[in-house]
Amino acid sequence: MFGDYEAQRHWQEITFNLPIKQWYFNSSDNNLQYWGLDYPPLTAYHSLLCAYVAKFINPDWIALHTSRGYESREHKLFMRTTVLIADLLIYIPAVVLYCYCLKETSTKKKIGSALCILLYPGLILIDYGHFQYNSVSLGFALWGVLGVSCDWDLLGSLAFCLALNYKQMELYHSLPFFCFLLGKCFKKGLKGKGFGLLIKAACTVVASFLLCWLPFFTEREQALQVLRRLFPVDRGLFEDKVANIWCSFSVFLKIKDILPRHIQLAISFCFTFLSLLPACIKLTLQPSSKVFRFTLASCALSFFLFSFQVHEKSILLVSLPVCLVLNEIPLMSTWFLLVSTFSMLPLLLKDELLMPSIVTVVAFCTACTTFFPIFEKTSEEELQLRPFAISVRKCFPRFTFLPRIIHYLFFSSVITMVLLTILTVTLDPPEKLPDLFSVLVCFVSCMNFLFFLVYFNIIIMWESKNGRNRKKIK
Amino acid sequence: MAAPRAGTGCGHWFSILALGVTLLKCLLIPTYHSTDFEVHRNWLAITHSLPISQWYYEATSEWTLDYPPFFAWFEYVLSHVAKYFDQEMLNIHNLNYCSSRTLLFQRFSVIVTDALFVYAVHECCKCIDGKKASKELTEKPKFILSVLLLWNCGLLIVDHIHFQYNGFLFGLMLLSIARLFQKRHMEGAVLFAILLHFKHIYLYVAPAYGIYLLRSYCFTASKPDGAVRWNSFSFIRLISLALIVFLVSALSLGPFLVLNQLPQVFSRLFPFKRGLCHAYWAPNFWALYNALDKVLSVIGLELKLLDPTEIPRASMTSGLVQQFEHTVLPSVTPLTTLICTMTAILPSVFCLWFKPQGPRGFLRCLVLCALSSFMFGWHVHEKAILLAILPMSILSVDKASDASIFLVLTTTGHYSLFPLLFTAPELPIKIFLMLLFTIYSISSLKTLFRKEKPLFNWMETFYLLGLVPMEVCCEFVFPFTSWKLTYPFIPLLLTSVYCAVGITYAWFRLYVSVLTGCLVGKTKKQ
Repeated sequence: MFGDYEAQRHWQEITFNLPIKQWYFNSSDNNLQYWGLDYPPLTAYHSLLCAYVAKFINPDWIALHTSRGYESREHKLFMRTTVLIADLLIYIPAVVLYCYCLKETSTKKKIGSALCILLYPGLILIDYGHFQYNSVSLGFALWGVLGVSCDWDLLGSLAFCLALNYKQMELYHSLPFFCFLLGKCFKKGLKGKGFGLLIKAACTVVASFLLCWLPFFTEREQALQVLRRLFPVDRGLFEDKVANIWCSFSVFLKIKDILPRHIQLAISFCFTFLSLLPACIKLTLQPSSKVFRFTLASCALSFFLFSFQVHEKSILLVSLPVCLVLNEIPLMSTWFLLVSTFSMLPLLLKDELLMPSIVTVVAFCTACTTFFPIFEKTSEEELQLRPFAISVRKCFPRFTFLPRIIHYLFFSSVITMVLLTILTVTLDPPEKLPDLFSVLVCFVSCMNFLFFLVYFNIIIMWESKNGRNRKKIK
Repeated sequence: MAAPRAGTGCGHWFSILALGVTLLKCLLIPTYHSTDFEVHRNWLAITHSLPISQWYYEATSEWTLDYPPFFAWFEYVLSHVAKYFDQEMLNIHNLNYCSSRTLLFQRFSVIVTDALFVYAVHECCKCIDGKKASKELTEKPKFILSVLLLWNCGLLIVDHIHFQYNGFLFGLMLLSIARLFQKRHMEGAVLFAILLHFKHIYLYVAPAYGIYLLRSYCFTASKPDGAVRWNSFSFIRLISLALIVFLVSALSLGPFLVLNQLPQVFSRLFPFKRGLCHAYWAPNFWALYNALDKVLSVIGLELKLLDPTEIPRASMTSGLVQQFEHTVLPSVTPLTTLICTMTAILPSVFCLWFKPQGPRGFLRCLVLCALSSFMFGWHVHEKAILLAILPMSILSVDKASDASIFLVLTTTGHYSLFPLLFTAPELPIKIFLMLLFTIYSISSLKTLFRKEKPLFNWMETFYLLGLVPMEVCCEFVFPFTSWKLTYPFIPLLLTSVYCAVGITYAWFRLYVSVLTGCLVGKTKKQ
């Protein structure tokens, strides 16, 4: 009944009062049906840290059993402050440092980029409105991106492992990291420095995992139970309404009911890997920072669209890499970030976050249009589609209308989103179709996401080695 | 959706600032609101449901109508919009009615009426000349003034959290000041007359208006040395000004004169039965006076100079606003405060008469009138400090000395507003707003005046930095100590006294600068 807020409070209660061995197991003190712990150990350690602070202020907040459903103004302030502190310590410095390291941009553009990334409505609304700690895992992932882009590969790997050990959804980003590091090893030559890098990276990963999972490696059953909690394979292809392919497809054909569970898993596995394979191969062969960031976006998007048990909040994992390329393709990034916030509309309305949503979206749009010339520069060159357009023009010489198509698509998408938002807020759905508006929102978002998947893949595949049109971070 | 902009939106910076602060105000809608919310709901109900003859007699709720008639008419107009939101709020028997629609309507009414404030700021920016303007947008005085006024954290705290309608009232005042700067004296006079009939607290600054209009508008020219040229007196101008004021007053008080209710109206507007100080002492001279009295009484008790049985029991900070007797120092009556205020205002008014320095001199006098009344007035609210801070912003982007006084005044003044928001969720909000404003104002003014001597001396820096440990002690450390139960008023007392020191200092420095400006001119003439 309560939601993620109560879940986080409950985890503080569990981690503080029970020994480590009991955290992930069902017992009389720890009822896994009531918001059981289902994130990796680093989340548990973070909850433990918060619990110590809570104990100092007011032990009633984390008393075993008696504090269930506890809600007071001071407690709310405390919980929100923990999110803010995590943000200030991890995510915000990463964003600021990332924008500081951008090359070939003026100081004004750097500050503008930082402001726009920090104003991204989705993360603010989910972390502070719905209540989660996404900024920690996304922050660590961003430190990872920063590290490997600036050639501090080991620190980057360490940071990404920490991100992975905080939320298992970061696995969406793991393939690009792996391919990028592998590509770097190949480039340096497998017989020389490359091999050394490979070994060192592997050791870093293993060491960081060992460190985080140390208390759980004492018994085999412990580790297995944690894995079972992290990856609930008994659940179905999707839950609730989420803007991915399976949910949208089920509008026409109810796959969940037709196919058995293991076939669903196999199909989702196949589609996911088929859609992200080209980009990953390209990244391995051509490990540049720009291809890396776009691959992060497209891989995470592939996972989001085709994987199983996807939550609508997982779109944040795609939004982070797209924020990182805001500088290079301002129009498309802003468009994507608006769609990603829109795709979470049913969740935001359920949490009564309509006013903050509108305010943050308007603020974000204003910031983007102020700092980036969104509506001016929409030539093929600016949209990074020049190489692609040149290739297509070899077969169809008249293919010059790409920017105009993109323009029309952008405006129609925005108008559709605004209209749907107004409809969802003002009207009640018809009785026979109570989920009409949620499904429409998911469907429209899914179509947009498919378009972006194609777009990101085009940019990646047509990225040339010489880098004539590239703006590098390094 | 945002309209396409040329370049990176440099030409539309004012709209972006206004839009940004409006979005911030929308986010502040669900925050804590004080009893002023119920006050205004009650006034909506009174003006909507009752005939005019009952407006100033109605006493179902304790929050009776105590603003002049124009504000009552304003509430009447609002109530006709309110009925589309929630009819129930217009029932005078629905005390403390606060549905979500009522809250939305009231908050939006403040945000929408702030449009007048935005317009007034735009006009004020036109009065700033860009002589020192650098090419960088963020270093232009117009830009800095816009941010200082639009994003003023005191106004945000008082209007959009605590809940009041100061935005459009200050808009009227700033607009009248702008008109006086633009030499449109009649409009300025009309606007001020209207303002007076919206909220009579602006009587504090009426002497400045009166003397300035008399001296610089009715006397059409001055002698070369600045003295009065008696034969340039324009009777027509004086008559037209008097006519304007009379007409506005007639419009406002006329209906009540006809109904023979003027004494009742005035008794509501000027309730002298309240005490010298509010429950939380406004940081003015009387706060220091009270503190000194308490200190002396404690010392007297310790040294056995005073008899414990003679000391009255009631404590001034225990939340009661009755009459109060001082123990050691002589008691203060309303007449005393009036005399002190008049004495404090007179020198600045004389300066305005004998050495008018155009609109800037008038603005200085206005700020001094507001500050002096804040310092010595009877039952002053701490919110009245905004009356001095907002006009002072216009002066601050012009001269370095004014900027340094402004920074001390505004930082201390805004900090003194903190006790208004005592709830836990508002703590990070008020700290964040204050930090944002203070850091911006100090850094931007320092950059603007970087070629002149530093804005702060070591004493002022020390004092302002001392606000940080003060805040930490009062709001973070004190609630966990045992003193919270025995001496609950200590944080309020400390805040009040500490801020009173800063505000008195700013008042003193501003007075010194005005007087030296006036006397220097005189000696030069001789």
